[in-house]
Amino acid sequence: MAANNMRHALFCAIVTLIISFPILGLSLEAKGVNITLSGAKTSTYVAIVLAAVAVFVFQTFRDTFMGALGKLPNFNPLAGREPMEQTKRVKLESWLLTGIVVFALFWPFLVSRGSVDLATLVLIYIMLALGLNVVVGLAGLLDLGYVAFYAVGAYTFALLSQYTGISFWMALPIGALLAGLTGMILGFPVLRLRGDYLAIVTLGFGEIIRILLNNWTTLTGGPNGIGGIPEPTLFGMEFGRRVKEEGNTSFHETFGIAYSGEHKVIFLYLIALVLAVITALIIRRFMRMPVGRAWEALREDEIAARSLGLSRTAVKLSAFTIGAFFAGFAGTVFASKQGFISPESFVFLESAIILAIVVLGGMGSQLGVILAAIAVTILPELAREFSEYRMLIFGAAMVLMMVWRPQGLLPVRRIQITLNKQG
Amino acid sequence: MSMLVLEDVHTHYGKIEALHGVSVEVNKGEIVSLIGANGAGKTTLLMTVCGMPQASSGRIILEGRDITNEPTAQIMRSGLAIVPEGRRIFSGLTVEENLHMGGFFTSKSEIRKNQAHVYELFPRLKEREHQRAGTMSGGEQQMLAIGRALMSNPHMIILDEPSLGLAPLIIKQIFEIIGHLRDEGITVFLVEQNAHQALHLADRGYVLETGKIRLHDTGKNLLENPDVQNAYLGG
Repeated sequence: MAANNMRHALFCAIVTLIISFPILGLSLEAKGVNITLSGAKTSTYVAIVLAAVAVFVFQTFRDTFMGALGKLPNFNPLAGREPMEQTKRVKLESWLLTGIVVFALFWPFLVSRGSVDLATLVLIYIMLALGLNVVVGLAGLLDLGYVAFYAVGAYTFALLSQYTGISFWMALPIGALLAGLTGMILGFPVLRLRGDYLAIVTLGFGEIIRILLNNWTTLTGGPNGIGGIPEPTLFGMEFGRRVKEEGNTSFHETFGIAYSGEHKVIFLYLIALVLAVITALIIRRFMRMPVGRAWEALREDEIAARSLGLSRTAVKLSAFTIGAFFAGFAGTVFASKQGFISPESFVFLESAIILAIVVLGGMGSQLGVILAAIAVTILPELAREFSEYRMLIFGAAMVLMMVWRPQGLLPVRRIQITLNKQG
Repeated sequence: MSMLVLEDVHTHYGKIEALHGVSVEVNKGEIVSLIGANGAGKTTLLMTVCGMPQASSGRIILEGRDITNEPTAQIMRSGLAIVPEGRRIFSGLTVEENLHMGGFFTSKSEIRKNQAHVYELFPRLKEREHQRAGTMSGGEQQMLAIGRALMSNPHMIILDEPSLGLAPLIIKQIFEIIGHLRDEGITVFLVEQNAHQALHLADRGYVLETGKIRLHDTGKNLLENPDVQNAYLGG
């Protein structure tokens, strides 16, 4: 055992040396037309050797370290407590959520414009993650092309505004419905697929949409994207300094206050907040309806679900459609927030991040997904000080998270549905 | 009065024919057992009745209605229930939720009534009402699988190897319950490897061999049949 550890540790240390020496220890310098290879400072070499030693020591005593890590939850004062009674828990949760929403309503008036802008992005990710949570967390269908529906929502608004001058409020339902329809269309060919195969097909679908947007230059502008997407209005009041569209008034003139760029940002934030809350409530409702239970049954055991008379087609399509619908919602808000969209915003990495949010949050758990969306969006921003190590820190945080809490931040605690005794 | 009739049913898995023209008849209120060796096509026959896969030729008639080409979901909502091989309960759901899933297409009051009835048949399930189904013993899971099937008010229930992997004492209980179901007027179609107990309980029995019905008689006669004794009852 010990010898085995030692050999493994030695191997790891050598790999560390092999990887870090060329990356950190050597550098190319251009002197005129010639490129010369030069070494780094002595301190860098010392650091590389120290890192290799650290890896060696860690790998040798790995079991001890990991064992100690495993005991960590014992420091958590809440770990040993009895689980709360369901009715009590539900009540506490809803109070907590109401508190958070009320706080979120007033929060933008207290902080900087940049924070509010970031918070709007967080809310968009919350909508996306809640939607994907239906497909992946509840129905158990691994969808790697979820960003396609987000793109459909965003491009619906962008194109309609470009060609017909539609407003945000009109585009919102249209974008969501079109995205839902796309979800349904994708649902049909993948009805028979499960697991890995489904993941590959949805991945392909996501890429198809992106490449289509990228290459259909005459309609979508290709890689140049679409700009000038209008901002939302409040009952015909615009938030710009000057009124762009005839018949509209401007917000600051109507209320007789000085113009401020912050109004627009805060208004967008509030719209995103309201939509995110609506998304959460609607999906919560679905989870408690028969269709929610059907999703879970299909995830648990497809053959058993079918033997009870559940239609595989209807259950899978409903999950895909509802998930895609909310992605379309988020896409419309995103287009309006950015004012400009291009296919670059809808790459596979986006799908991966949304999926990571769902997994980190604890599959199927709404509160967990919301917390994870906040963490995943804000963490890279907080780590900005570390500049190039930003994504490294982000990656390390994800790995650690999965080691400590493989079940997610707040694993789903299923709500039990009981019938009234008398009937 | 026949409950379920199979007329010259052929079933294919791709190009391979698994059932070569099977005809079976189950009358109302009967227990009919289907016995056969591994790979004889017992499970295929049951799955064909449920429409997955669908029969490639022949006719399947359930309570006078031709269901040969109906989709599974529709067949399973029309008075037929199956306890699948290997139980296939929803292990992440509680016992009660499993039962509610069984009554997915019935009204709330029906669910309440049927649930009480299932708890009467299997008091053990009542004790475990709020436990996750996957944490129960094999016998309890089998009871739950039968209970779940009963939640849809079936006229006929199909059981695929209900004794699989269970202790003899539990098997005895399960077979007692199956007998009790007949007394309640539910038609039972039982597929078993455990031929002795299955034929003992059954009114009639069929012997399936390599996709064909070889023998068909009353349960009692089959038990005494020397061929059956040699092949399925250990001499």
